[in-house]
Amino acid sequence: MTAAQAIIAKVQGRAVPVRGNDIDTDRIIPARFLRCVVFDGLGEHSFEDDRAGLKQKGKTHAFDDSRFRGATVLFVNKNFGCGSSREHAPQALMRWGIQAIVGESFAEIFFGNCVSLGIPCLTASEESMARLMAAAESAPDSQWTVDIESGSVAGPVKVDAALPDGPKSQFLSGRWNSLNELLLDEQGIGKVAARLPYVSGW
Amino acid sequence: MGKNLYHKVFDRHSVGRLSSGQYQLFIGLHLIHEVTSPQAFSLLKQRGLKVRFPERTFATVDHIIPTETRERQRPLRDSLAEEMLVAIEENTKANGISFFGEESGNQGVVHIIGPELGLTQPGQTIACGDSHTSTHGAFGSLAFGIGTSQVADILATQTMSMSKLKVRRINVTGKLRPGLYAKDVILAIINKLGVNGGVGYAYEYSGPVIEAFSMEERMTLCNMSIEGGARIGYVNPDETTFAYLKGRKHSPKGADWDKALAYWKSIASDPDAGYDDVVELDGSALEPFVTWGITPGQSLTVTQSIPAAETFPADEQPLIREAMEYMSLEAGQPIAGIPIDVVFIGSCTNGRLSDFQEVARLVKGRKVSPRVKALVVPGSREVQRQAEALGLKEIFVEAGFQWREPGCSMCLAMNPDKLEGRQMCASTSNRNFKGRQGSSSGRTLLMSPAMAAAAAIEGKVADSRVVFGYAKETV
Repeated sequence: MTAAQAIIAKVQGRAVPVRGNDIDTDRIIPARFLRCVVFDGLGEHSFEDDRAGLKQKGKTHAFDDSRFRGATVLFVNKNFGCGSSREHAPQALMRWGIQAIVGESFAEIFFGNCVSLGIPCLTASEESMARLMAAAESAPDSQWTVDIESGSVAGPVKVDAALPDGPKSQFLSGRWNSLNELLLDEQGIGKVAARLPYVSGW
Repeated sequence: MGKNLYHKVFDRHSVGRLSSGQYQLFIGLHLIHEVTSPQAFSLLKQRGLKVRFPERTFATVDHIIPTETRERQRPLRDSLAEEMLVAIEENTKANGISFFGEESGNQGVVHIIGPELGLTQPGQTIACGDSHTSTHGAFGSLAFGIGTSQVADILATQTMSMSKLKVRRINVTGKLRPGLYAKDVILAIINKLGVNGGVGYAYEYSGPVIEAFSMEERMTLCNMSIEGGARIGYVNPDETTFAYLKGRKHSPKGADWDKALAYWKSIASDPDAGYDDVVELDGSALEPFVTWGITPGQSLTVTQSIPAAETFPADEQPLIREAMEYMSLEAGQPIAGIPIDVVFIGSCTNGRLSDFQEVARLVKGRKVSPRVKALVVPGSREVQRQAEALGLKEIFVEAGFQWREPGCSMCLAMNPDKLEGRQMCASTSNRNFKGRQGSSSGRTLLMSPAMAAAAAIEGKVADSRVVFGYAKETV
C-alpha cells in the first residue's frame, strides 16, 4: 500500500488567533493526554489547561470562542511549539481542524512534525502578525487564503508569509510526508551503512 | 578551512538529496520509548513495512513508569499506562528490537541508559522521539529529537529527511567557582541567548569549562540545548569521552577499540574549522541560576530579585506578566526565600550518579524541612544500583528524602508523581512550562541538584553555597 499525498498549494477558511510568544507543546497538549497508543481523540484536548485557566478567570480562550469554531488557519506569535518533540501537539491541532499555521517563528521539531502531517507553517513579520490577528479578531467570519506558492495570507488584509524552499516544494509536489521517498534508495542506504565503521562492525 | 564535527558527521551519514533539496540522513542509533513509538509501529503495520535495521533500534520504558516499588506490579494500576507498556513490549518483540524493560535489569530514562550501556558513541547520528535526545551530543554525536512520523521513517528505512543547520560555537571560558555546576552553565546560556536563540543552529560547546567537565556534566549541558531552541548540542570527543566509554557493555572491544578511537578522533572539529556564529561566556563570573517563570529563559541568579516587566523589550512584556501572574511572584521580590513545597531531584538532566553523589555529600547529617516533600529518582536501574552500593540511599532516607525507582517521574508527570494544586517545586529537571509537573496550576523552579538540595533543607529557595558552607572567599 502506498499513501498518495495531496498537493497542498492553498489552505482556505476562517482563522483563529492564539496570542503569545513561546507557547510550548505542553500547553498545546498537556502530557496526561499522551497516555494513548493512537492519536484519535486528541483534538478536543488542544490547549486544554490554558482554556480551563482562562475560563476560571472569566475569560475565553480562542479555541473556546464560538466565533472561531470551524477555523482552519491558526495565527500565532513567536517560537510556537517549543519544548517537547511530541507529534501529539500538531496531531491535536490537526484533529481540532487546523490545516495551516501562520506565525512569527516556530520551534524546529514542531515545524518538522507539521510538515510530516501536511500542515504548512508559514512565517510572517511581527507587524504582519499583528495585522492578521487584529483582523481575525474583529471579523471572525472572514475567509482567508493561505497561498503556499505565492507566499501570502489574504483575507481582510493581505501580508507576505514564507516557507523555506524545501518544505515549500514538498507541499507543492505532494511529498510532504517523506516516507515514500525515503524508501526509494534502498541501495544508497545500504552503501552508507557499509561505509560507517560503527555500523559495519569496525 | 577545516570542518567542524557537525558537518563531518552529517556528510558521512548523508545518503543523498531528496526532491525537496533536503538530505536523506542515515541514523546510526535509534532510541525509542513507550510514548512516541506505538503510532509509528501501527503505521508500519498498516503499510506492510518491516523494520529495516532492528539491531540499530533500542527501546526502554521511562515516561509512564511509576517510581514507587509497589506501584510497579503488573498490570500497572493506570490502564492507559499498562496499554502503552504492553504496546512497546509487543512491538519490540515482534520486530526483533532490544527492549530494556524491568526484567532486563537496565531499565531507565532513555537518555541515561544509552550512554551508560555504551550505545551512545562519538560520530554517530542519534534520533529519538524525545526532544532531550540532544543529551547524547555530549559524546560528539549528532543527536536530536524527532516526531512520531519520523520514528516511523527511521524504523522503515533507518533514514530521515533533514536540512542542514548552522553551527554556533559557544565558548565557556575561565573556571567555575565552587557551588557552580553544568546546570548553571546551560541555564546561563539559555538566559543569554534566549529560548529561541538556537532555532536553526546546532550548538558546539567548547572552552576550558567544558573541557574540564566530566561526561555526566557534559550530558547535563547538552540535554538542555533544546530549551535554548537548538535541536542539537554537542561537545567534541576527547580523552574524557574515551575513558568513559572504555569497557561499557556495547563499547568496542580489543582491536575494534583502536579502530573506533581513530574514527572518533577523526570526526572532532578541526582546529581551523569555521562556524556560522561564535559566542563567549565567562564561566568564572557565573552564579547559581534559578528559573522564576514559565520558560527556561526566565531565570536569574540566586542573589537577584524578580525583574520588572518594563525592563524587557515591549514584545516580551506580555509573557513576563503572564509568568508573574502564573507564578504569583512580583517584581522586586528576591528569588531567595520563596517557599518550596516539593523538591524533585532526577530526570535526564540531573538523574545520574554524580548528581546523587554531590547531593548526598551536601545533605549528609541534615534534615529535609518538614514542609517539603522531597523525591530523589535515579535515572536508571544501574544508577540506582551504584548509588545504593555507595550507601547513598541511606543518606537520603536518613535526611528525609524519598528514594524511588528509576523513571522520568515528576519531570513531566506522566506517571503517578505529580504536583498538587499550586505547589511550588524546586526541580532539577529541564522545563518549567505551565502545568509541566502534572498540576495545571503547579509551579516549577529549575535549578542545579545542589540548589534543589538547599531548597529541601531550608524549605525555601536558598543559596546552596551559604547553606552548605562552600569556602567563603569563593562566594
